Amino acid sequence: MELIVFYLRKLVTIIMNEVIVLPSRVVVVVFFLFLLFLPVFTSNQYTLRIFTLTCIFAILAASWDLLSGFTGQMNFGHALFFGVGAYSAAMINLHAHIPPWGSIPLGALVAVLAGLIIGIPCLRLRGTYLALTTLAFPIILMGLVFAFPDLTGGELGISGIERITNSRVANYYIAAGLMFGLCTIMWKITDSNTGIIFHAIREDELAVRASGINTTRYKLMAFCLSGFFAGIAGGLYAHFMRIAGPSTLEVSMSFLVVIWAVFGGVATIYGPVGAVFILFPLLEFLRFWQEYRTLMFACVLIVILLYMPDGLFPWLRDKIETECPRCKIRNISSRTTCRVCTARLD
Amino acid sequence: MYWGHMVLDIIISGLISGSVYALLAIGFSLIFGVARIVNIAHTAFYMVAGYCIYYTTHEMGFHPVWGMFAAVIVVTGLGMICYRFLINPIREHEGAVLIATIALAMALQEIMTIMFTGTYLSVPSLVKGYLVILGVKVFYQQLLTFIAALVALGVLWALLMKTRLGLAIRSTAQDKEVANLMGINEARVAMITMGISVGLASFTGAIVVPLTILDPLMWMHPLIMMMAVVVLGGLGSLKGSFIGAYILGFAEAIVVFAIPAGAFLKGSAALSIMILVLIIRPEGLFGVTFEEER
Repeated sequence: MELIVFYLRKLVTIIMNEVIVLPSRVVVVVFFLFLLFLPVFTSNQYTLRIFTLTCIFAILAASWDLLSGFTGQMNFGHALFFGVGAYSAAMINLHAHIPPWGSIPLGALVAVLAGLIIGIPCLRLRGTYLALTTLAFPIILMGLVFAFPDLTGGELGISGIERITNSRVANYYIAAGLMFGLCTIMWKITDSNTGIIFHAIREDELAVRASGINTTRYKLMAFCLSGFFAGIAGGLYAHFMRIAGPSTLEVSMSFLVVIWAVFGGVATIYGPVGAVFILFPLLEFLRFWQEYRTLMFACVLIVILLYMPDGLFPWLRDKIETECPRCKIRNISSRTTCRVCTARLD
Repeated sequence: MYWGHMVLDIIISGLISGSVYALLAIGFSLIFGVARIVNIAHTAFYMVAGYCIYYTTHEMGFHPVWGMFAAVIVVTGLGMICYRFLINPIREHEGAVLIATIALAMALQEIMTIMFTGTYLSVPSLVKGYLVILGVKVFYQQLLTFIAALVALGVLWALLMKTRLGLAIRSTAQDKEVANLMGINEARVAMITMGISVGLASFTGAIVVPLTILDPLMWMHPLIMMMAVVVLGGLGSLKGSFIGAYILGFAEAIVVFAIPAGAFLKGSAALSIMILVLIIRPEGLFGVTFEEER
């Protein structure tokens, strides 16, 4: 009994001293609670379906950020990983009869392989060359998909895949749980030493090499990690929609990922995730305006970018929080002195 | 006889698509060189030009020649307005510019869908009739398109190499700061280059649209091929874009005509060639290796 009280008090202390003090942390907690209790408040199948897809795409956008935001290797063909993950999970499930908990990770491993295959020729390219070259890979694969319809189902894709679970709510919780888990892992990766090296490669690759770090290995690692997470998103998508079609490889899919990530703010992980949670439901919400929906979406994008070119979430965070000039700890912007070292904030 | 037909078909189709890609790629690499803008909306302007011609000929009943003039003027104006109000304010942020141009392309595509519906439309050709070479029909319109593309390339070359404006554009592309120090108004050069670049795109659209079918998604395939051409030839190299465009144009034509089910593989084959070249020469065929920008 005493032990429980001790842990409860500890929890309250953490909430009071670490969470309540910073608005961004409060937002994360509120977001978590929102996702946790969403099925309690709404039993609408359609809403749940939208949010399941949103969670899947959030993983995808965050994985783009891990590769392109952090190491600066502009990848314009992220749909490749997504599509390879989806197609291979579907084929493994359909031909080898492996259930979803096995086929999704296996599909992700195939996507890692794809990451290696495109990573190796791309290592010598940089900047715009890299961006334009990576754009080509999903299109090449799509040509192959259409050219061999017996194996890949051609235009119709592979259908008849097993469901993850039979209930919408359980599917939603699986997607949301995986989204939280994988994004936390990605955030931890970017917070570790590896993440610091990724940052450094983006800023100045020559200096990193001069410091005795094998940048080639780290860049390949970024490709593989990103491919793995995007592959999981692809496998989840295939099993949730029960179809793996050529739409997963389309150019617009690659563009959409870049739009989400840049809109939310690159090199943050939380930015792309938040952006997907705003933009994807927005596109669905605008459906009562069917004809003008994509146009409105494009206009919203342009207007927001004109005012916040660094992305929405870094801009918001800078508005509500300031960094202490002495101890570099973040404070709510209404404070006049730092909450830790009491230095004046200006 | 069959082989002769096929070879001639390949040559015609390769020359035309090669010229189209060359015009598009040169416009794209001009604005990239001067302002470091990756303009995804470049081929969207090409599509809008096609629709302009459709509107002036079908809805207003003018001769196609007037349609071409109207298309080039309207689209160039549109491009410069978009540059001034959408891209110029956020030029310092590379990622934001990228997204803005993608969003612009999407917006143009949607506006065209709303105005003209998503159905396939066609535009009358400028000159009717055809001549027969070795039993293969060669339409005068195809010849006209090819010649117009070559003339446009020649005019552009003269503009860039022989005039003071061309000198300003080339020097800004080489080094923005130094060009600024020499008294070149960098912002104005970027604006003019955007105009030339979009003007080229709209001209390309205007001359090629009688040969193809109009639909709001027609900007996707040329966009990808144009980017492949630019990368293959080397960014910022006009000669590279020119040669790369014909290489990819012919590669596409050969795959389409010589391989069964080749229409699906034409993009794949051309892009595979690009990747093979890049593995051997990372800076493209005629690209120059710059000192690493830091």
